[in-house]
Amino acid sequence: MRRFDSALGLEARRGPVATALKVLVYTAMIVVFTGPLIGLLVSAFGKTLDPTSFTLWPDAFTLTNFVQAADKNVYTYLLNSFVVVGFGLLLQMLVSVFAAYALARKKFRGMTVVMLIMLATMMLPEEIIAIPLSLVLADLPLLNLDLIGTYAGMILPVGAWGFSILVMTEFMKEVPVELEEAARIDGAGELRTFFTIILPLCRPALGVIGVFGFTMIWDQYLLPLIVATEPDMWTLPIALRSLRSDEEVGIGVLLAASLLALLPSIIAFLAFQRQFMRGLTSGAVKG
Amino acid sequence: MAAGSAREGGTGGRHGLTAAPAPTPSPSPAAARTRESAAPAPTGRRPRRARRRGTLIAWAFLAPALVLFLYFKFIPMFEGLRMSFLEVRYAGDRFVGLDNYSRILTDEAFTEAIWHSVVLAVGTTLGSIVLGLLLALLIEGPARYLWFVRTAAFLPVVTTMAVVAEVWRIMYHPADSGMINSILGWAGVAPQPFLASEDSSLLSIMGMSIWRGTPYDMMIFLAGLVGVDRTLYEAAAVDGASTWHRLRHITLPALRPVFWILFTLAAIRGLRVFVEVYVLTNGGPNGSSEVLMTLIYKLGFQKGELGIAAAGGIVLFVATLLLTLLVQVMRRRQAA
Repeated sequence: MRRFDSALGLEARRGPVATALKVLVYTAMIVVFTGPLIGLLVSAFGKTLDPTSFTLWPDAFTLTNFVQAADKNVYTYLLNSFVVVGFGLLLQMLVSVFAAYALARKKFRGMTVVMLIMLATMMLPEEIIAIPLSLVLADLPLLNLDLIGTYAGMILPVGAWGFSILVMTEFMKEVPVELEEAARIDGAGELRTFFTIILPLCRPALGVIGVFGFTMIWDQYLLPLIVATEPDMWTLPIALRSLRSDEEVGIGVLLAASLLALLPSIIAFLAFQRQFMRGLTSGAVKG
Repeated sequence: MAAGSAREGGTGGRHGLTAAPAPTPSPSPAAARTRESAAPAPTGRRPRRARRRGTLIAWAFLAPALVLFLYFKFIPMFEGLRMSFLEVRYAGDRFVGLDNYSRILTDEAFTEAIWHSVVLAVGTTLGSIVLGLLLALLIEGPARYLWFVRTAAFLPVVTTMAVVAEVWRIMYHPADSGMINSILGWAGVAPQPFLASEDSSLLSIMGMSIWRGTPYDMMIFLAGLVGVDRTLYEAAAVDGASTWHRLRHITLPALRPVFWILFTLAAIRGLRVFVEVYVLTNGGPNGSSEVLMTLIYKLGFQKGELGIAAAGGIVLFVATLLLTLLVQVMRRRQAA
């Protein structure tokens, strides 16, 4: 009898027709979903001058576009992106592990409310609050700080990320209580227990929130668009628009910059695939 | 609400994709036992002062998160609500009641933008779900080489939206030498204007969004498919059921929770779409692809109509909320 490991039972079928069909389907999928990205990779190294030379087949190999990119400040934008994602991710992860520790390991009044509030923010798309957020950033209540046009304005808001807190909390709940109590009996303080016992045990979850946080912050568009008022503070994704309309250079510089803006998230995904897939279903909450 | 749907998605994928961090409610028996035996003891024995200290510590650990959430989520949200009733001016804000809202709901530019948002959301959602399911069924299975196909197919999801949009804008080049038009040319199809025409701009944006959304839906479906009981397939085969019957009566019912969660998420994401439209067409040509968010952006940041823009944000929020509630109600009814 045939085995049924899948709904269509495709993997059980053998023979030339079935094999040919499978190869066709898989190839088509790979071409359709990676084609545009490979096109970008190839074209960025080509002598592209007009939009129509975007191609999957290389005509030449040249680094001209990347050299010209320097004149157009592309590497400054790239650096800005790295600054924002670096500090933003650090802040987000720290804030999340601290909050998760309280939510997972402590019992206190108001815990359910805090949890609900954090979940609620995950249902609130940041686009909706873009306009009032820009006003709040321009004049932080009580502190009277103006964060528009500062790196802090792009970094601080990404620190509040419900998804990371949620994933971390669920993971921390699984860490056995005995370990914590043993540490306490040995005289370790609260922070010490947290940093030497709990956090090292949460390394897999740190990987999950790290790689998701990275892709999320790298992909930020509206926030830097609002905050970075001066061109020299632009992050790479929002700089692409001005590169496109720059008539001094061809489309090649745009392609080179696009490739640079694309690579970090792809590298992060390929390097941390397992964590990424693991967080995917829990990430479905946020999407 | 969100947690409920996450949990269902999580249970579906428990075997393969999701491991520990997924919010699945069932911890391992061992972990549950240790917590039950150990947790109540200290709270019962500990004096009140120690417990109060514990509470203080908990709030101290929560403080950074609460401050950031307050400043960058809650205050903006309440500010947005307040502003939506005001005419924001330099000289001083003026209370205008529901004027901003009535302007949004009667203004033609707004009603058109809302309509475009809905069309884009529905089209993208349905397209991605149908294609995602189809592809998931095609590449489901334990074969080793399939991981490569899955990884490659998943790349669009992790790529930066602004870059994806630039790439597609180039591929959509309307001349017959444009990339997609060249490919269409091989099949004998005449060159299409894509983003350049009022008739096809919204559809072209939808095409790109489906391309980017399909792999995500496919992965969630694959996770759900892992949870389908294989013995049911065997039993169906013994009874002589066809592949279609097996799909219709075993696989699709088992995937129902996945459908609901994908539908909610995709629809919400579709309504608030911004970057795609902003980069590809910026609402053009002639407003044919203007969506709610691009209109709000233009009103708020370019025309300084902050009150109306804020009201637009609130309308979007209410729509999102209603949609989520609607899906939940429908799901409950179907489950009952």
